[in-house]
Amino acid sequence: MGSNKDIDLIEDGKRLDGRDFDELREISIDAGVLKRADGSAYLEWGKNKIMAAVYGPREMHPRHAQETTKAVVRARYNMAAFSVPDRKRPGPDRRSTEISKLVSEALEKVVFTENYPRSVIDVFIEVLQASAGTRCGGLTAASVALADAGIPMSDMVASCASGKIEGEVVLDLGKNEDNYGQADVPVGYIPRSDELCLLQMDGNLTQEEYEKAMEMSIDACKDIHEIQRGALRERYSTELQEEEITKASEGVE
Amino acid sequence: MKEMLSKITEDYLYRLIKEEKRIDDRDMFEYRDMEMEVGQIEPAEGSARVKLGDTDVIVGTKMEVGDPYPDTPESGVLTTAAELIPMASPEYESGPPGEDATELARVVDRGIREGDAVDTTELCIEKGEKVWVMFIDIHVLDFDGNLLDAAGIGAMAALIDTEVPASDFEEAEKEEDYSLPIEHTVVPVTFTKIKDQLILDSRLEEEKIADARLTISLNEENEIVAMQKGLRGVFDYESTKECINKAKEITSETREKVLNACDRENL
Amino acid sequence: MMSERETERELLLPGDEIEETGVKPGEGTFKKNGKIYAAKLGVKTVRDGYVNVAAQSGRYDPSEGDKVIGTVTDIDPSYWTVDVNAPFPAVLHVNDVPWRVDYGDTSSYIEVGDALLLRITDVDEQNKMQISIDEEGLRKLEGGQIIEIAPSQVPRIIGRGGSMISMLKKYTGCKIFVGQNGRIWIDGDLEGQYLVIKAIEMIEENAQALGLTDAVENFLKEETGKEFDD
Repeated sequence: MGSNKDIDLIEDGKRLDGRDFDELREISIDAGVLKRADGSAYLEWGKNKIMAAVYGPREMHPRHAQETTKAVVRARYNMAAFSVPDRKRPGPDRRSTEISKLVSEALEKVVFTENYPRSVIDVFIEVLQASAGTRCGGLTAASVALADAGIPMSDMVASCASGKIEGEVVLDLGKNEDNYGQADVPVGYIPRSDELCLLQMDGNLTQEEYEKAMEMSIDACKDIHEIQRGALRERYSTELQEEEITKASEGVE
Repeated sequence: MKEMLSKITEDYLYRLIKEEKRIDDRDMFEYRDMEMEVGQIEPAEGSARVKLGDTDVIVGTKMEVGDPYPDTPESGVLTTAAELIPMASPEYESGPPGEDATELARVVDRGIREGDAVDTTELCIEKGEKVWVMFIDIHVLDFDGNLLDAAGIGAMAALIDTEVPASDFEEAEKEEDYSLPIEHTVVPVTFTKIKDQLILDSRLEEEKIADARLTISLNEENEIVAMQKGLRGVFDYESTKECINKAKEITSETREKVLNACDRENL
Repeated sequence: MMSERETERELLLPGDEIEETGVKPGEGTFKKNGKIYAAKLGVKTVRDGYVNVAAQSGRYDPSEGDKVIGTVTDIDPSYWTVDVNAPFPAVLHVNDVPWRVDYGDTSSYIEVGDALLLRITDVDEQNKMQISIDEEGLRKLEGGQIIEIAPSQVPRIIGRGGSMISMLKKYTGCKIFVGQNGRIWIDGDLEGQYLVIKAIEMIEENAQALGLTDAVENFLKEETGKEFDD
């Protein structure tokens, strides 16, 4: 977290982009957008543009990484070179390696891995345009891609961050807020079981502020979960509806 | 992991080709639906997303101020890189670019460089001291054949879309951003050879049985600026001439689409 | 009757509670704190006292008894490795073929790249599969071609009581076999194979909201010029 001295992030009780303290940026998700992958989702969240794809379950290579009793969920978070103002050198760095690990662990919690011993479920997250909150966006999109790939899971993970700017606890930090704010707390949330599967924090918060931030995030994750569900309904319900009509018309004949 | 076609499917594809037919009912020299979106990636100086059927490629350009090469002190620096990320195909693996990614980047690079698509002398800020360094990054999202054309077309569109970010760099000694000086519009076209038949815009299955391919990049004056024969098969000299003749017509249509997508009538 | 079917087609997403009393959790579901939930994106079916969620997407999930199409990827002196579009390759042993194959003589019967119409005879807890072609109708496929569709689309290609597939065969004169793993074998003259593929694409895309069967039949009539009196 940078210093908050040099830039005003709040004016007249609103944030620079006009949002209220507890307001999310706009989020849209499309499911099933890639042909080759077994499942995929494209997400836009504010100015973030993120593609997620799932391959598997498939045989784990290298073999020594196989688990004999369950599948391994292996996420790979990657930023396109042109996704940020200063060109990102292709290939993994420490930041993306850590995010990949945390996302893998968060998703493994909801996937019924015991159904597929010795296999791997590969999750690829490609950030095409980054504007604060890409790990949350990536995890949110990846959950939809997993469901789209027909992977058995107990729920979809919804993810969002809250933080502190100019002493105020706010939801879903934008780019300037992330750069010049005082704290950032990304979380991954499993609505059905009310559990946290990703939690990071950096900056400075009192316990009271932490609680306020978490309550905001959890509420927001419930809304995000609805957007995730909407994306899948949009993708699959029309098919079902058409099938229904077809069957009905056959029944009448 | 390599994916394999069954022998009977291979035989079917050969039979089709022999009767001058395609799996998707296209003519031998017809592109799949070509969709282009330009300028969608804000942090990029220029960008284009090209879809050829199910093949989906994003090309973005980034610029910064840096050192010129000692042997070209008055020229900006161009670098092209490609990533065949495992999202795009079960056959791609994570890790540094392999042979295919490197060839892809170099063929696209050659067309742009040798075709003088960009006037690199205009990218010199101070002779021998500082110049604009430009990165062209090719990001493949979904792979269903013919990456060379999708990437090459995307790269040209991204260049046309590029705004030099002069206002972000004090060293640039200019206060306002300006459009990248484009000298020529270079467009590639790739012919795939299966047995003795040439086809345009091969799909994945067709590439699996392809003997050879020939990529030809042309500028708007129909001058040949780059060529690349790929794969283990061969071409006879006559058929390369046939390819060049066809390439003129095909690339001029593609060029029009690129300019339309970039909202330019001409350059 | 009709309304019951419609409620059965309701789309369930992972984690959705299934409100159905007096049933046990079956395929594609899980039980937690006495409640049954969907574990997959799919539709609810109730059979033999179990509630299941039939997947609407995803890879082929092999189960015992399935007839599928596989491609041979490797040969060993006493078995062949076969890709059946499942998470793992399957193994075809020499004693599961209709010939007596001597040790080391496997490649004179089946080669790499050969396509097989086979049955999955066992799937164990480690996802290891046993397969067989030693049964009437199962064989090495000759001629034609194989295309792939999403395994979840297989029932639609087959149609009610096989109606869609019989129609395709009738108009095109092609031999067609739809494997449970989403691989379809089509054999006939080129024109016919071509038509089958186009019709299958039409079914997959499901462009027509009303009367898909009629739409496909109209397409086939138009293309072939054939008429059948039913």
